[in-house]
Amino acid sequence: MKAGLALLSAFCLTACGDVVADTKSPPAQPQPLQSGYEFLQPQTQALQDDDFANPGFLWIDRGEALFSTATASGSACSECHTDASLPLAGAAAHYPKIDAESGDLINLEGRINLCRTRHQNEAAFEYESDELLSLTAYVAYLSRGTPISVDIEGAAADWYARGRDYFETRRGQFNLSCTQCHDDNWGKKLRGDTISQGHGTGFPAYRLEWQSLGSLHRRLRDCDAGVRAEPRPYGSDDYLAVELYLAKRAEGLEIETPGVRR
Amino acid sequence: MRPALPVLTIALLAGCSGETTSRLATAVEITGDEITAPLLGLQGDAARGEAAFAEREQGHCVLCHAVEGLDAEFQGNVGPALTGVGARLSEGQIRLRIADIQPLWPDTLMPSYYRTGGLNQVAPAYAGEPALSAQQIEDLVAYLGQLDGEST
Ligand code: HEC
Ligand code: HEC
Ligand code: HEC
Repeated sequence: MKAGLALLSAFCLTACGDVVADTKSPPAQPQPLQSGYEFLQPQTQALQDDDFANPGFLWIDRGEALFSTATASGSACSECHTDASLPLAGAAAHYPKIDAESGDLINLEGRINLCRTRHQNEAAFEYESDELLSLTAYVAYLSRGTPISVDIEGAAADWYARGRDYFETRRGQFNLSCTQCHDDNWGKKLRGDTISQGHGTGFPAYRLEWQSLGSLHRRLRDCDAGVRAEPRPYGSDDYLAVELYLAKRAEGLEIETPGVRR
Repeated sequence: MRPALPVLTIALLAGCSGETTSRLATAVEITGDEITAPLLGLQGDAARGEAAFAEREQGHCVLCHAVEGLDAEFQGNVGPALTGVGARLSEGQIRLRIADIQPLWPDTLMPSYYRTGGLNQVAPAYAGEPALSAQQIEDLVAYLGQLDGEST
């Protein structure tokens, strides 16, 4: 039944002349790999480069404070994570990854919330809450300069395939896929924006348009809304899968949190 | 929390006839690479078309296309410049390219502005509606058709 449906849909897609995700050929990869930073105006780059002017540091400072504040029912993150035991420097470069205990794919936000629930006896933070953004930015910042390197074998393989599928599937009233903009047309002008290769290496990032720090999933929601597609929820399986696909696609680029973007 | 099967495209529902007309907002006759008759028989207006070309709330074609002499800053270059397009293409060809260019160039980045069928994950606010109305498309056809590279 499943195979039949899949076959039928593959046939229909071809017959209708639409782009079909071809999972056999290697995925498209922009060459040379370039961070979104390279496509920014000089003044936006300067804002990211200056740790005193970069507004992302407001969140990082709050994150650092939260990190060493004991919760009512448990201990502070900093009690378990020190330079000597469970150090977090470089850790963010390997996310998303499979959580050994649950077998689920988790991103950095998910990992932090697992420490909240498993090790601190606290409720998980809401996605895009100031607390979760601040802690995520702080932990990612501890990996600033570390090249991305993620595992897509084993249980992660299905997630990677799903992320690739989402990336290559057309959607929305404008019927466009991520790959059409970020693999096929990067470097070109979409009005005032230069389309970048669509890497997540600056996130959580401060966007001038948001006047705030925001997660990668918030950026993905904006891209989906841009083609008039219904965005997926924050932390949804689809976006986690895309996040893994993006990380593999960006492998070798360095984490640059807190990025500043238009 | 397990990856599901890749989402099946709604192309299934559209009937997959391969005929462009079945996925457009209203019945349209396509001849070669043209839609010769105005959509719904409407008369286009070039001045309104120019506004539709530039305005974000309407066609916002300047996102991807530049027209020399048009009063709009930061015109895009993802698509070809449309300066003088009226000398290159007939009105019928322009009409088809705005209404549903994707069968012509399957990999194109250009949206199909009169298409409603066979789409995937459309936001509810836009579901079942074409991106532009027949009138807006006729206005755009009138505007682009008179860009013959001489008058501007
Ligand atoms: C119509 C074109 C278009 C489509 C389709 C599109 N994007 Fe984007 N995307 C942009 C533009 C424009 C920006 C802002 C400029 C930039 O950084 O590329 C952007 C930004 C991004 C960024 C942030 C890059 C950075 O360094 O800040 C990521 C990540 C991204 N897109 C991923 C995606 C994914 C994943 C999809 C599909 C779900 C997608 N995009 C679909 C045009 C598009
Ligand atoms: C009581 C101890 C404890 C506390 C408190 C704690 N963690 Fe953890 N953390 C761990 C352990 C142990 C691991 C290793 C994975 C596991 O066993 O869950 C871990 C793993 C992590 C990782 C993944 C590291 C890697 O290399 O993949 C991150 C990131 C992290 N913690 C962040 C935090 C943050 C942020 C807080 C506070 C909100 C916090 N932790 C609080 C014990 C703790
Ligand atoms: C997201 C990008 C994008 C947007 C928005 C867009 N176009 Fe296009 N358009 C293209 C691309 C790319 C092509 C070239 C077709 C190809 O080779 O894929 C094109 C081609 C065309 C052509 C054919 C030009 C020729 O010389 O053959 C016309 C006419 C046209 N567009 C009109 C419009 C109008 C009118 C609008 C707004 C209602 C619009 N476009 C919006 C990307 C876009």
